[in-house]
Amino acid sequence: MVIAIPMIWLLVFFLIPFAVVFKLSLSEAAIARPPYLPMMTWDEEGILTFVLNIGNYFYLLDDDLYIFAYMQSMKIALVSTVICLLVAYPMALAIARANSSTRNLLLMLVILPFWTSFLLRVYAWIGILKTNGLLNNALLWLGLIDQPLAIMQTDLAVYIGIVYTYLPFMILPLYTSLVKQDESLLEAAADLGARPVTAFFSVTLPLSFPGIAAGSLLVFIPVVGEFVIPALLGGPDTLMIGRVLWSEFFSNRDWPVASAVATVMLVVLVVPIMLLRLAQQADEKKA
Amino acid sequence: MKSRLGFVPVVATLGFIFLYVPIISLIVFSFNESKLVTVWSRFSTKWYAELLNDEQILDAAWISFKIGAISATAALVFGTIAALALQRFGRFRGKTLLTGMISAPLVMPEVITGLSLLLLFVAMESLFGWPAGRGLTTIIIAHTTFCMAFVAVVVQSRLADMDSDQEEAAMDLGAKPARVFWDITLPTIAPALVSGWLLAFTLSLDDLVIASFVSGPGATTLPMLIFSKVRLGVSPEINALATIMILIVVVGVVLAAWIMASSKAKSSTTY
Repeated sequence: MVIAIPMIWLLVFFLIPFAVVFKLSLSEAAIARPPYLPMMTWDEEGILTFVLNIGNYFYLLDDDLYIFAYMQSMKIALVSTVICLLVAYPMALAIARANSSTRNLLLMLVILPFWTSFLLRVYAWIGILKTNGLLNNALLWLGLIDQPLAIMQTDLAVYIGIVYTYLPFMILPLYTSLVKQDESLLEAAADLGARPVTAFFSVTLPLSFPGIAAGSLLVFIPVVGEFVIPALLGGPDTLMIGRVLWSEFFSNRDWPVASAVATVMLVVLVVPIMLLRLAQQADEKKA
Repeated sequence: MKSRLGFVPVVATLGFIFLYVPIISLIVFSFNESKLVTVWSRFSTKWYAELLNDEQILDAAWISFKIGAISATAALVFGTIAALALQRFGRFRGKTLLTGMISAPLVMPEVITGLSLLLLFVAMESLFGWPAGRGLTTIIIAHTTFCMAFVAVVVQSRLADMDSDQEEAAMDLGAKPARVFWDITLPTIAPALVSGWLLAFTLSLDDLVIASFVSGPGATTLPMLIFSKVRLGVSPEINALATIMILIVVVGVVLAAWIMASSKAKSSTTY
């Protein structure tokens, strides 16, 4: 059967690796190649010894840095998701309500950045936000500020970068759910005397909840583990867990601790990932 | 009648400006003579000339191109099979598992995917002696894995839009499943296959995090090189590179839109 090909591929290269990560998170780091001690060893008398080391998890609990980084990542992900939603909703609504030729053009404008390099688009913000960058030069020239604003290497820069990068992920599911709505419902609301704002809150908004849920999770989940944006735009104190994992792995070469960090991140994300599945299934059933 | 919410067009316009200011600034300053990327001196194309003479960037671009082409093709095949299985084969053992495994890579943080694949490769090497070391092969395997999820989404939504009437009619008339696939299903989903391949190719070309984990000596991809350069500060050469890449994408997207419009293909909801 041909289904077996993608099935086995995903089992081997997607599912089993998580088991390997979990196994390694219970190993002990060592100066060796690869840099950890084997979990199972046979000694000369042929006795098999298992060494399980949960010390890596205690280490995560013990050092404030890790807990702080997890909290910070969750906070940044949550706040950026809300900002994305507030910016994306009017955009999705405007696209859904435009006439069909404008709609296709606007949709293409949303999708186009998605096709251009993410890394280069984040890089573009360095030129805009740095001390003698475009934004500061423009504000100075307009006389709105006397001193350049220090935005680069702050949390604000990270928020701008995240909202900018993940905005299309929010707009598209919102648009899909808004465009499916029956316009006669709004007409009915208007005929019954509802003002546009009332009609929005009692008809449009509740009907778009599946889109809101899908979009929010599509932003929230990957942002929790984001590495590139905090690494390029954030300061040294912008601790996000993706960045911590990266430096444990590449700078400290502590593979077991990096694996423990990844395992905890995965456990934290399991619930949102399952919720996303549910939101998408609900959406498919309605279609 | 449309309800009037006055602030909607204003916010939407600002939103679109927000999406495009960085891209436009990248392009404009790639033609700036000064090395200070954000201070305009005068028009020049010298950074393009430097870019074309930079062996390191050209090598990395070639490596990325090869990885992208191979992974996108493999991802297209596997992703399409998965999409067909989920959309057309009815119930089968492991369907829920496949659904989960094909959609999870879409949102999985890249640091987790990268680390887990690297650890797998290391474990496999010590158990079976394969893959020997890390480099092109391991990056291609990693990219195929996460790209097939995107291909599957694109193809699945096209299959969902498509009528299965024609397929059923052909079967009723005695066509074998393989014949039905080649003569009816494949031509109908062809636009989705093209956009799925292109999406996979772009994602592979753009990936920094996963490639950094599973790469080895001698396999520096373009994003890895860009990242190491960008960490040292902005450079007009990178702006020139960005402009070329954006230009290729814009031409590609416009061309694709034109082909879709002229063949009056029913547009499918893709990324």
